[in-house]
Amino acid sequence: MTPGAGGDRAPRPGAVYVLPAALFFAFFAVLPLVLVALLSFTEWTGIGDPRFIGTDNWTRLAGDPLVLTSTRTTLLLMLFAWAAQTALALPLGVWAAGRQRNRAVLSAIFFLPLLLSSAAIALMWKSMLDPNFGVAAVVGPWIGVPDGNLIGTPRGALICIIITVTWQFVPFHTLLYQGAARNIPAVLYDAARMDGANRWQSFLRVTLPQLRNTIVTSSVLMLVGSLTYFETILLLTGGGPGDSTYVLPFLMYQAAFERSEMGYAAAIATGLVLLGTLLSLAIVRFSGFSRMRSTLEGM
Amino acid sequence: MAVSTPTRSAVRPAPRAGGPRRSVDRPNWAAGALSLVWLAVVGFPLLLLVIWSLTDRRDYQRNGPLALPDGIAWANISQVFEARFGTYMLNTFTVTAGSILLTLALALPAAYAIVRSRSWAASLSFRMFLLGLAIPAQAVIVPVYLIITRLELYDTLRAVILPTVAFNLPLVVLILSGSLRDVSRELYEAMTVDGAGPFRIFWKLVLPMSRGSISTVGIFVGLNAWNGFIFPLILTQDLNNRVVALGLWHYQGQYAVNVPGLMMAVLLSTLPIFLLYLFARRWLIAGLAGVGGK
Repeated sequence: MTPGAGGDRAPRPGAVYVLPAALFFAFFAVLPLVLVALLSFTEWTGIGDPRFIGTDNWTRLAGDPLVLTSTRTTLLLMLFAWAAQTALALPLGVWAAGRQRNRAVLSAIFFLPLLLSSAAIALMWKSMLDPNFGVAAVVGPWIGVPDGNLIGTPRGALICIIITVTWQFVPFHTLLYQGAARNIPAVLYDAARMDGANRWQSFLRVTLPQLRNTIVTSSVLMLVGSLTYFETILLLTGGGPGDSTYVLPFLMYQAAFERSEMGYAAAIATGLVLLGTLLSLAIVRFSGFSRMRSTLEGM
Repeated sequence: MAVSTPTRSAVRPAPRAGGPRRSVDRPNWAAGALSLVWLAVVGFPLLLLVIWSLTDRRDYQRNGPLALPDGIAWANISQVFEARFGTYMLNTFTVTAGSILLTLALALPAAYAIVRSRSWAASLSFRMFLLGLAIPAQAVIVPVYLIITRLELYDTLRAVILPTVAFNLPLVVLILSGSLRDVSRELYEAMTVDGAGPFRIFWKLVLPMSRGSISTVGIFVGLNAWNGFIFPLILTQDLNNRVVALGLWHYQGQYAVNVPGLMMAVLLSTLPIFLLYLFARRWLIAGLAGVGGK
């Protein structure tokens, strides 16, 4: 039974129904993707017309030390943010899928960060981490930072960013895991219990394997999403201290809109798109995600 | 992994998924403890946000970040509104409403065609939207800026709406077409008996049947539009075209020493969404969960 591919005699809508959306999307999202690659071979200040300059931007990109540090920071952030978020979201989601009392109340509070904008969250944490007036001034001495300046050291600033994005995005991924954990057939748990599995064993043998697809989906979203932590970094650390929390999107923004080097920014952006695509493909291949496609082919 | 997922009801998201419940009733202490810790981690900053917003600015500097306010400092609110907060809110409302309407106007017919049409355009579009999910908005801000300036829309609210809608479209189309697949063939058949054409079917059957997902998707787009930062940042300039998220950033520069004022602005910027959450939480959660389920 394939829904949609019907044998019914109802009249079918023509292409005209899909064209407005398709053309709109092509113009404002697909075209820019093509343009960004083209612009990377030009020099453009944002005013007038882009001028073709060959591969100058790309040679500059390859020799730019800031690109190297930004890439390193981007990858570090990606890895640590992924680890922190998954380690929290998976158990929280599984727990929230259960039938505990008070779960509804707790869940309602859990998902509150979803409502705040990145800007609001970054500013909230910035105020908390302020070394003079924030909570950091009080808490710092307890954790071995006497002056409370957690955000003032390269490593500390990176940790602060990870804390902020984890706080921001864990609720969403908890939701994904919660939905998936609810769909695990109860009979599997019953069978595991009959075989004498304790809770930990049934988590390992039943829950984790059953959540595999969700782990992949959530991880793709996290890893690709981490390429876009631009707002958080702009508002929380501004790339500092020094250039220790520069990431590629931030570097691109600065090149484009602070130094008017649009062509060079386009080269960085193209690199970013390639990185994101490679990353998604790698995860998909590596995890056998492609077998999940069957769920999408209800055409 | 061939567990057939039970078809989610397209009309009304159930408060509890209709899937099989786990019959395990042993209390899970470890996970329960973790969730309590997480509750504190989530709740504490939000609690501080509310407390600081209501604290007098001089008290805040004197008593430190962990003191309770002596009274409610209403002055913080008037201060924020004196700093053009009202204008920013109005702009944000405009952008949000415009984005929701345009997204639905484009996505609903598209989803209908993707599910029911046999034209190659529909299946090609479906593939484009699938791949389009992976286009990061951040990476294409330079060409988007180029397109918007060429259209002579720079520094208008329309400039913010257009790319916001574009980057929400793929997911919205996929969610809507997913829910339309659950509409049974007999219903379409029944419509043809009295000679309805595709448009009438769309108007009389498809729209009423997707009511539930329309509100879900609308909330989802609204949330993204309301909280959007990067498009307003690069496509608007004038104070009169500034949205709230961007306004917060500028306040940070102005209010360097006035934490309570800044926090009040943060709080007020979230207030409409929070009210929505109180009344439409189920739709919102269903919409977000639908993202991963598809």
